[in-house]
Amino acid sequence: MKFSFSSEQEEFRTNLRRFLGERSPTKEVRRLMETETGFEPAAWRKLNAELGLTAVRIPEAYGGQGFGFGELGIVLEEMGRSLLCAPFFSTAVLASGAILNAGTEDQKQALLPGIAAGDTIATLAWVEDPAHWDAAATRMTATQSGGTWKLDGHKSYVLDGHTADLIVVLARAAGTSGEAGLSLFAVKGDATGLERRNLKVMDPTRKLARLDFKGVEATLLGEAGAAAAPFARTMVEASICLANEMAGVAERLREDALAYAQMRMQFGRPIASFQSMKHKHADMLVDVELAKSAAYYAAAALDEGDDDIVAVASIAKAAASEAALQTAVHAIQIHGGIGFTWDNDTHLWFKRAKSSEVLLGDAHHHREQMMQHWAA
Amino acid sequence: MSELTEDSVRADVRGWLEANWNPDLGLVEWRNKLADSGWGVPGWPKEWYGRDLSAALVPVVDDEFARIGAIGVAKAGIRTLAAATILAHGTDLHKEKYLRRILTGEDTWCQLFSEPGSGSDVAGAVTRAEMQGNKWIVNGQKVWTTSAHHAHWGLLLARTDWDKTKHKGLSYFIIDMHQPGVNVQPLKQMNGHASFNQVFLTDAVVEPEFLVANVGDGWAVTTTTLMHERRGADGLRSWAMGSDHKGRAYDEERAEIATTMEPYKWYPQRAGRVDLILSRAKETGHFDDPVVRQEIARLLVMSKAAEWTARRARAAAQQGKPQGPEGSLGKLVSSHVARAAARVHTQISGADALLSGADSPMNGTIAEILVSVPATSIAGGTDEIQRNIISERVLKMPKEPSIDTTKPFRDVPRNIVR
Repeated sequence: MKFSFSSEQEEFRTNLRRFLGERSPTKEVRRLMETETGFEPAAWRKLNAELGLTAVRIPEAYGGQGFGFGELGIVLEEMGRSLLCAPFFSTAVLASGAILNAGTEDQKQALLPGIAAGDTIATLAWVEDPAHWDAAATRMTATQSGGTWKLDGHKSYVLDGHTADLIVVLARAAGTSGEAGLSLFAVKGDATGLERRNLKVMDPTRKLARLDFKGVEATLLGEAGAAAAPFARTMVEASICLANEMAGVAERLREDALAYAQMRMQFGRPIASFQSMKHKHADMLVDVELAKSAAYYAAAALDEGDDDIVAVASIAKAAASEAALQTAVHAIQIHGGIGFTWDNDTHLWFKRAKSSEVLLGDAHHHREQMMQHWAA
Repeated sequence: MSELTEDSVRADVRGWLEANWNPDLGLVEWRNKLADSGWGVPGWPKEWYGRDLSAALVPVVDDEFARIGAIGVAKAGIRTLAAATILAHGTDLHKEKYLRRILTGEDTWCQLFSEPGSGSDVAGAVTRAEMQGNKWIVNGQKVWTTSAHHAHWGLLLARTDWDKTKHKGLSYFIIDMHQPGVNVQPLKQMNGHASFNQVFLTDAVVEPEFLVANVGDGWAVTTTTLMHERRGADGLRSWAMGSDHKGRAYDEERAEIATTMEPYKWYPQRAGRVDLILSRAKETGHFDDPVVRQEIARLLVMSKAAEWTARRARAAAQQGKPQGPEGSLGKLVSSHVARAAARVHTQISGADALLSGADSPMNGTIAEILVSVPATSIAGGTDEIQRNIISERVLKMPKEPSIDTTKPFRDVPRNIVR
């Protein structure tokens, strides 16, 4: 198992951090988060073309760079740090993962190069109301008549669902339940019968949509009724990717809070000189470093085909969920009154920590997942 | 002289071991050969039982010893700290008198630093050493002294000047533990074991030549010892594995290990025994309790993340990278894990947590966990001190303003006893 980054990876991180720092300053985050789309398609395409970000984990055979989750994890961690407003997680983690895990060779050839090039914005729609993160709760039906599939039902909490060109959808054959009868489908964003509504969100840097399907034409991905395993794999990958993003969010919160404590004078001394502050910061460092270790380990384990990957992914997500939120809470507290204002930037990362905590299942959910794995 | 390489060193040590290693030798006889040849401590200076081998090449020698199972010099216990301190600060007399018998394992040592009134604040020692006639006369009390009950020699920190500031008035001595002025008493802990001792010093005598460095240099020398203590903590665990080989030298080594490790036999319990959690939860039926299950999972998440953090720190060190923050957190993290583990063991055990010894689960092991874990966040630097170290050294936060280092030590307040 790899436990440290190579010098190439470190260099990649350094360049990316500098680049994202320049392109995604807080001012830009604040401007984009107020828009309906949440990002600017032209600017995102340009950034992606320069850095090849959506191509990182797509194999070279499909127009990608063929790197692993170690590199993808670096991209996500740095995006978490900079709070880049872009449809990256939806496109490069969720949709790409589902297509790679479920699609046929022809489908990968057809769909992935557009994603790798940054031309296609894509997402994965699986959760419905009431929200459950697992596939078994799926109620949307897929019906085949003649040569075509039609989808009926709804999806919610769909990341970038209102802007995606391509939506991968989880649905089931009528009359099936649990993990049986599940299939994944590709649906065009502008398909007839698909109604998309932008949801009002707590974290404005992460746009979510509700999608209503009435007889929407869809292309089956891979084999009918066999989506449970590739979907589960996609969730494992996504949890690990999100854990890496959250590590970046948490570290940024910690560093900003430390810088503030070093600068802020009260009672004639920097508040960083008070032992209550120092001990809180030491505890924050522990939380963040443990979450980073778990996220890094999980990404490496994914690349190396670890047998316990389901448990490892849940450990990483559970650790990151608690660490990022706890760090965000401390960061607001350290800033004091100013930390509760809209003008102070801390709440931007606080909200990302909060939305990431819940997305893909919170810490309780993942602890239970992990225990089910160890029960065997 | 030709340049040493990994291959040449490997060939040299292998040749020497093939010609000399014999498990039927007495342990001391064998270790004397090691001392004479320099292969026992190849990183030490040539004139003192070593070969001046670079730190990069020493592992090659260790590899060769391990390959054929040859026994090395005595490495465990305070004697290693004594050796490092004497090498750094000792006189030729000290080196001549002590180093060989440290390597052979004939002498054991103890460290007389902590006192009832100076725990985290070791430099606040008030044991006094006064020159009377031409001898140092020592009076005071030391505590947490591992191995004092069988040690031949002690590393003593004592105050020699009360008019100097705290750190300037200390001196460092080597004291003969077998003398009338030294009284060693076991210190019974809340878990019933007595791993440490209290040492009462009443007009104990130190000959003047056993002062280490100069009068007033005590704190600098102590810092050397403590630095090696921190570094050596990991080595002890691997060494304590021992072996099951046959031969007189092996038998004698096993006896030595048993004596040295005796105080540490409850240490696995103090770390919380996370390894027992899943099997205990399954056998008690609590594995299916959704509340306990969450607590178990919370513990396992923390414990795994801690393990991976330690491995991350080691991997960075092996690559020769400067130590990142992950390398400074282990001590504090292990406290968190131990506390969480004790809590979960209690939940899993239910009313059985009321019992101890033969009446309790796993013949007392679980009970021993519950009453041993509080040591983890205190021994070897409290959690509070760890947080100070992390915030000041890693995060570069300002130090506490100090109020005890600028005035004569006799004016510094001590414990308030009413």
